[in-house]
Amino acid sequence: MPKNEALKKVLIIGSGPIIIGQAAEFDYAGTQSCKAIREEGIECVLVNSNPATIMTDPGIADKVYLEPLTAEALAAVIERERPDGMLAGFGGQTGLNLAMELEQAGVLRKYGVRLLGVNMDSIRRAEDRNEFRQLMMEIGEPIPRSVIATSLDECTAFVREAGYPVIIRPAYTLGGTGGGIATNDGELRLLAERGMENSAIGQILLEESVAGWKEIEYEVMRDGKDNCITVCGMENFDPVGVHTGDSIVIAPIQTLRDAEYQMLRDAALRIIRSLEIEGGCNVQFALDPDTGAYIVIEVNPRVSRSSALASKAAGYPIAKLAAKIALGYSLDELKNYVTGETSACCEPTLDYCVVKFPKWPFDKFKTASRKLGTQMKATGEVMSISRTFESALLKAITSLEIRLDGMRAPHIMSMTDEELLAKIDFRDDERIFAIAEAMRRGRARNGTSPPFTREAIYEQTKVDRWFLSKVDRIVKMEKTLAENAINADILYEAEELGFTDNEILALSNVPREVLTDIRVYNDIFPVYKVVDTCGGEFEAVTPYYYSCFDTEDESRISEERKILVVGSGPIRIGQGIEFDYCCVQGVWAIKDLGYEAIIINNNPETVSTDFDTSDKLYFEALHIDDVMNVIKKERPEGVILQFGGQTSLNLAEALSRRGIRILGTSFASIDLAEDRQKFNELLTSLGIPTPAGRSVTDRDAAFGAVQALGYPLVVRPSYVIGGRAMQVVYSDAELMEYLDEAVSLGVDHPVLIDRYIEGKEIEVDAIADGTDILIPGIMEHVERTGVHSGDSISVYPPHSIGTDVERILTDYTERIVKALGVVGLVNIQYAYDGRDDHVIEVNPRSS
Amino acid sequence: MEGMIYLEGGALYRGMGFGASRTNVGELVFNTSMTGYQGILTDPSYKGQIINMTYPLIGNYGVSDIDWQSEFIHAFGLVTRDISFRPSNRCSVMTINDWLAGQGVPGVYYVDTRAIAKRIRKEGTVKCVISTEGIPRETAARLLSETNLRCDYMREAGTKDVQHFPGGGKRVAILDFGIKRNIITSMTNRDCDVFLFPYDSEPERIMAVRPDGLFLSNGPGDPQEATRGIETTRAFLGKLPIFGICMGHQVLALAVGGSTYKLKFGHRGANHGVRDLETDRSVITSQNHSYAVEAAGVERQGMIVTHVNLNDGTVEGMRHRELPIFSVQYHPEGSPGPNDSEYLFDRFLSLMEGGRNDA
Repeated sequence: MPKNEALKKVLIIGSGPIIIGQAAEFDYAGTQSCKAIREEGIECVLVNSNPATIMTDPGIADKVYLEPLTAEALAAVIERERPDGMLAGFGGQTGLNLAMELEQAGVLRKYGVRLLGVNMDSIRRAEDRNEFRQLMMEIGEPIPRSVIATSLDECTAFVREAGYPVIIRPAYTLGGTGGGIATNDGELRLLAERGMENSAIGQILLEESVAGWKEIEYEVMRDGKDNCITVCGMENFDPVGVHTGDSIVIAPIQTLRDAEYQMLRDAALRIIRSLEIEGGCNVQFALDPDTGAYIVIEVNPRVSRSSALASKAAGYPIAKLAAKIALGYSLDELKNYVTGETSACCEPTLDYCVVKFPKWPFDKFKTASRKLGTQMKATGEVMSISRTFESALLKAITSLEIRLDGMRAPHIMSMTDEELLAKIDFRDDERIFAIAEAMRRGRARNGTSPPFTREAIYEQTKVDRWFLSKVDRIVKMEKTLAENAINADILYEAEELGFTDNEILALSNVPREVLTDIRVYNDIFPVYKVVDTCGGEFEAVTPYYYSCFDTEDESRISEERKILVVGSGPIRIGQGIEFDYCCVQGVWAIKDLGYEAIIINNNPETVSTDFDTSDKLYFEALHIDDVMNVIKKERPEGVILQFGGQTSLNLAEALSRRGIRILGTSFASIDLAEDRQKFNELLTSLGIPTPAGRSVTDRDAAFGAVQALGYPLVVRPSYVIGGRAMQVVYSDAELMEYLDEAVSLGVDHPVLIDRYIEGKEIEVDAIADGTDILIPGIMEHVERTGVHSGDSISVYPPHSIGTDVERILTDYTERIVKALGVVGLVNIQYAYDGRDDHVIEVNPRSS
Repeated sequence: MEGMIYLEGGALYRGMGFGASRTNVGELVFNTSMTGYQGILTDPSYKGQIINMTYPLIGNYGVSDIDWQSEFIHAFGLVTRDISFRPSNRCSVMTINDWLAGQGVPGVYYVDTRAIAKRIRKEGTVKCVISTEGIPRETAARLLSETNLRCDYMREAGTKDVQHFPGGGKRVAILDFGIKRNIITSMTNRDCDVFLFPYDSEPERIMAVRPDGLFLSNGPGDPQEATRGIETTRAFLGKLPIFGICMGHQVLALAVGGSTYKLKFGHRGANHGVRDLETDRSVITSQNHSYAVEAAGVERQGMIVTHVNLNDGTVEGMRHRELPIFSVQYHPEGSPGPNDSEYLFDRFLSLMEGGRNDA
């Protein structure tokens, strides 16, 4: 069934701004679908309001409308463009909801626009709780006991029958907004009322809880001929009860027998068939580990965060193929993009283990509840690939940039038994580290006395015993490293389990030189293997690699001149998709100049980790060990750090010390810009004003600074991105509170205290080549100074500052850029108090 | 325990040993299934073969009482990247280590199974020594050269006596070249009255139970070695509805006068796409075969190729132009693998009820 020739022009709905539960994965999906459509010679029109995306770049779609994602705006675009078809399944929940609205408003009918890939009935039946339950019952799929409610009375009546706990899920929301688990009347009232408010139609679902069951997901695809495949099965580390976006997820499924695997696969296929989806779909199941019974939890009739993960985990580009299917192709007419030869109608087989670990924003929001439940709280995620689960898990933890080199979290290791048990019970973002500590204590006490026996930990957490045994294997290795003189065998074993150098050094207490000697003498370095969808059965043409400790190295090193781009890691507050945008742009420019562009990154949601983007992709942690291993292997001419935000910039010092050539702004310049003291001196010597300020490492110094500077003051920790916990303080009491609660003050964590300048905040972005400087933009903030630039409304061009002020800004910028020796991008933030421009901050990188 | 595999040509992979302390010589093949090692190891079609699993973590869910595809492990050895000594599944009754030890089968782990699979892809399936006894390389080399691999294991992999699995429906006679249990279950679940016959049974002996249909099972080895099975099958052409799976499919091809050939490294896994040319639909299949049917040969003998492999175009299924005879190369019974093709058992049932073959 070849493509539908009637389609000459297709409209794609993007997903708009990044919100929790809807992040970079839709840029990836949208970009892929645009590519897939244009490959067919079909005109592609994109509507999206988010400028920090690759898909809105010139050259991805034929036409881009940067418009608000409302039915009204879309109707206007449709009227103007008259597309033949519309793809709504690539813009997350936003896209589907808009399609529903446009359909209901009669817009699609009026202009003869065909909805491609998913039809109204499918959306309704998958999204409307009642219709979904009806459908599951029709096709004989088990679902939990439940009731649809629009009032509190209906809820209490249900609970009287089914008992607590119950799960509350609002209809038509994303990321489970407003949902939760109620264990008593008070929680029920709170959650039910909030849920009804959050639901677009004031409707919630109350259902019996299957908390503690295994949570299993399948990514399924179906074409117009009713051919179906599963791309990837995934198993959650956390049992049912934690939103899958907040769960550690493992691919492929680890603890199901084939019969169980096939039982759920069959169910997933029955479901996608009953919904008549042409494209991709995500199905979530709960499986009772004691009986093998299962229920269907949820279905997403579109590409999702999980499909981005599955695409990268399996090497199978779901969005691209879903777009082709929506255009009319069938799976068996399409080729597997990784092998280039074999059919897309196959089920990828993995010969490695993948771990996805969520990235939470709790470091930025100190007062937020860290408890995890049915409402997603993670802003992003990392993925890691290895040949063992232990190694994949440790690589993922290293990728998170949470200041941990392994599973030993000091503040958890210092807890009392009671605190530790309470921590595990509470089920927050750090639970896996608490579990590891429980294992540690269990081992220290010979694993026989409760509460830290493996079985007791299982009973408390219901995390599958297989996962627990793997955590235990890591803990055992910690002990081995601590208790034995390190030798080649122990080092290899530790590396094979994913231990970082820092962790090995900390545990074994040997000097780094000794470790290096053992490593070099015995040649203990990782090798790189290819992600190929087929377990080596067919030759792969895609250059998609991961590291592991094994014998054969598959990375083919070319004779080309190469440049390595270091990516930006997981999406977090203050470091979003914009850095991925920069990395991808950088990769394209490098290719255009005739170099081989190599990227290293660990975020599965992004375009940069699409194996189509660079000449070579290394899916790795952005830890110095991992980056150096890639550099050692590839020997690039240089490394570019300025696109990956603070993540890549933080590597500047370590790489520079190892003699690696950093292309663009040098480490010395970066350091100068980031070191408060040195930078202030530089500005003083240039005669450029900056708010008086100090860097302090203890309380006395902090109050000394107050004496010298006077209130109001801006306080913030140094060397972090996104102005974590930046605050304006007006009194001693406020300063005390800040130092107590918001930061951990110390020699390694100085706090910057600056005089607060009330006025306008202005940002200047510039690019310099060492000689010339171009200033493409001056942006004025609507909010006054003190509000972080990332939280301010920016206006471009500036509207209320005069040309004299602009001239001063230009002059200052030029002088700073020259003095710093910036080569590449720089962002400078100024405060204008009505008399002069004061430099607040300089970021020698993309921003 | 040390473990090693030594390949014809001299390649040696050293790792850790598990299971039985033993040395075996067999044909090294790879399987890409991510689940179902218990079904794979007990599939009689693997008799004489050493299986390199491409999925690196084997033994996660242990060994159960219910996932056996025959009475014991037929494979000569198992090669994996890592094994679980602490499995987790409600059905698990022992570890894979204990299981292999009890069954007298050697296993090797901690070797680069991906490198091994790629070698087989490039060089083809290869003669191989697996040992957990710490034998020197020279001993392995000598063993390898002294051993001639057999390709007639179908003569002993199946039943020796007639077995009866009673049912109230259609009576099926199975010619057993080394059948997987779930094929029998797939028939008995459809209320079939099943008689299992040794592969070399005389046609008269089979006719004596007055079957409604003849089924040709899967099994190990080169189908051309199954001479008596081929002759028996030939005797039933035009007399009974016939359905063949895997070796049964190849035996059918040979019985009608077609030919088979050996693939470079075969198909072993649970993820191959197969297109049904008659319905223009495709399914994901479970596969385990070294040999394939040559299309032109069977087409000259009144057969129609009905299914092809989407990756390499090899014959995956065929039927007779007029007679109620059909077969597939892949495994509709799954175990392990997808259940997408279970409908073929219904088709066989409908043929026995006098239905049309092209329906």
